[in-house]
Amino acid sequence: MEPDEPGRRHDPGPTLYPIGFAAGVVCLLIGLIVSPRLIAPIGAAITIVFAFLWIRDATKSYRGKPEQVEPERRPGRGEATEDPAQEPAPASSAERFPRNRFLEGATLGLGALIGLIVTAPVAAMALGPAFGKQQKVNVDLGPLTDYPEGEWRIATFMLDPAQGEISRRTAFVRNNGLLEGKPSFTLISNRCVHLGCPVQPNGPVFDNTKQTISTGGGEEVTLIKMLPAGGFGCPCHGGQYTSEGNRTAGPPVRSLDRYEYSIVNGRLIIGSTFSVANVEGTGKDALIEKYRRAGPGQHVDGWEQIFYPLQPPS
Amino acid sequence: MAVAARPRKSARRQKLEAAITYPLDWLEERSGVVGGIKYFLFRKVPADTNWMQTLGSATLTAFIVQAVTGVILAMYYKPEPTTAYQSIQHIMNDVTLGWLVRGMHKWGASVFIILMFFHMGRVFLFGAYKYPRELNWIVGVMLLAVGMMEGFTGYLLPWDQTSYWATVVGINLNGTAPFLGPFIAQFLRGGSEIGPDTLSRFYSMHMLLIPGAIMALIGLHLYLVVRLGVTSPPWSKEAAGATWLEEEPASPNGNRAGLTQPTARAAAPRANGGDDA
Repeated sequence: MEPDEPGRRHDPGPTLYPIGFAAGVVCLLIGLIVSPRLIAPIGAAITIVFAFLWIRDATKSYRGKPEQVEPERRPGRGEATEDPAQEPAPASSAERFPRNRFLEGATLGLGALIGLIVTAPVAAMALGPAFGKQQKVNVDLGPLTDYPEGEWRIATFMLDPAQGEISRRTAFVRNNGLLEGKPSFTLISNRCVHLGCPVQPNGPVFDNTKQTISTGGGEEVTLIKMLPAGGFGCPCHGGQYTSEGNRTAGPPVRSLDRYEYSIVNGRLIIGSTFSVANVEGTGKDALIEKYRRAGPGQHVDGWEQIFYPLQPPS
Repeated sequence: MAVAARPRKSARRQKLEAAITYPLDWLEERSGVVGGIKYFLFRKVPADTNWMQTLGSATLTAFIVQAVTGVILAMYYKPEPTTAYQSIQHIMNDVTLGWLVRGMHKWGASVFIILMFFHMGRVFLFGAYKYPRELNWIVGVMLLAVGMMEGFTGYLLPWDQTSYWATVVGINLNGTAPFLGPFIAQFLRGGSEIGPDTLSRFYSMHMLLIPGAIMALIGLHLYLVVRLGVTSPPWSKEAAGATWLEEEPASPNGNRAGLTQPTARAAAPRANGGDDA
């Protein structure tokens, strides 16, 4: 370490602007998810202001007057006083902005600007889906009469018939009977909450009962009767669940996801999925710890939930 | 020493040689490419290089095979959920030698990854990652990572049950990464659900984005190999490295970290008495 010389300038000096800049970027990114209308512009403004201040600070030595470096003095013998008038005037360069430096800066600056203008829309198109909304689901699963009370059905349907077979999804549906005068259903998603494989009922599946219901518009729903006496199991990595979807064994981190549903004109309409931490009780008396939809393998409760603070907008 | 009189070349042979060298000379004079290729191919390497040191070239060859077969397959493959599987059936059953080219691509993918690991093992066991070649190790690790991404994105393209569900699991595995996981998963899917965009996305990444990155990294990797020279095997009696490195003034005790320098070691034993292995 060099000894501390008073008045010695450290270059570059310490500055808080990069921290403000980083905070602005963080605010912008969080704003994009939480509130693109309000918080994101605030973050963008903070970022731009601090970027401007940072650049101004970093380029100070290029823009300002040339710093006057005090020449080293070694007073000679007997020379007690110094006469400032005799000091040679600091050589101020005639050109404050040499053309070379201007052209260099212009090339780099314009190049960076053009690069940014070209890259921004491309990056937005590539990364946009990462922040996209969840697909809304609203599919007719057929009349309630096809779901006898207390029995399970494997229902397969298409989220979006225009996309074809790729949007086919499966729900395990049970009619729980009436609850406070309204029909109650259990609709469990067949996607394992470990890594998304299709779980299977641990019990007989009566393939000969397969029926196909036409729900209008060329859409078809197939129903197969089954009896998940041993709950559900995943063939991929061995996750096991009760028939209410609670995990009993294996790697899954929560209970099976469920679908929202509504009854419209005596027909069962299946909605979007939501995540479930745990289910107490069974059937229509079940107490479901409901969370917003999270991907497979992501904790929704317990201390591990801190790893997944943000989800794409729903 | 008697110098055997070289038989004079016939006029016909001289003409022939001129006809061959003329275009090369023309090219060399205007681009320097012949000299460049000679510089690349006729580098000095340690005399006791080993067959193990061909594993890098073997990996490069495997990548070139993947690139060429991949380009041909792309002529027939249709990245649409309704047509992808059928187009591969078409390649396998109808297109001339399509089964062979697809087989080369499919099995060559494993060969590429396996050779990368063998190459990596060789570099590790020879100590070839040491100074001044650390950066090349880092570039090599990046190549391994993007090579794995090629495997992941390519696995979806056959669009059968195995590839579909393996990709579901793979994407959800990415989704469990802390903090950013849910967004990475959405980025890979191209939305909240696997759909037609997922397939075309993976196809684009598999044949354009990642191969571009691999080619750039291979270029950097080879540049560093040429610049730094080939390492001697650990048992070598020869100095390793490019000649310009050897010409640099050595440190006071005649040793430079990481380079095998038996001559220097023999002349000036190290401070520890030279008992380092």
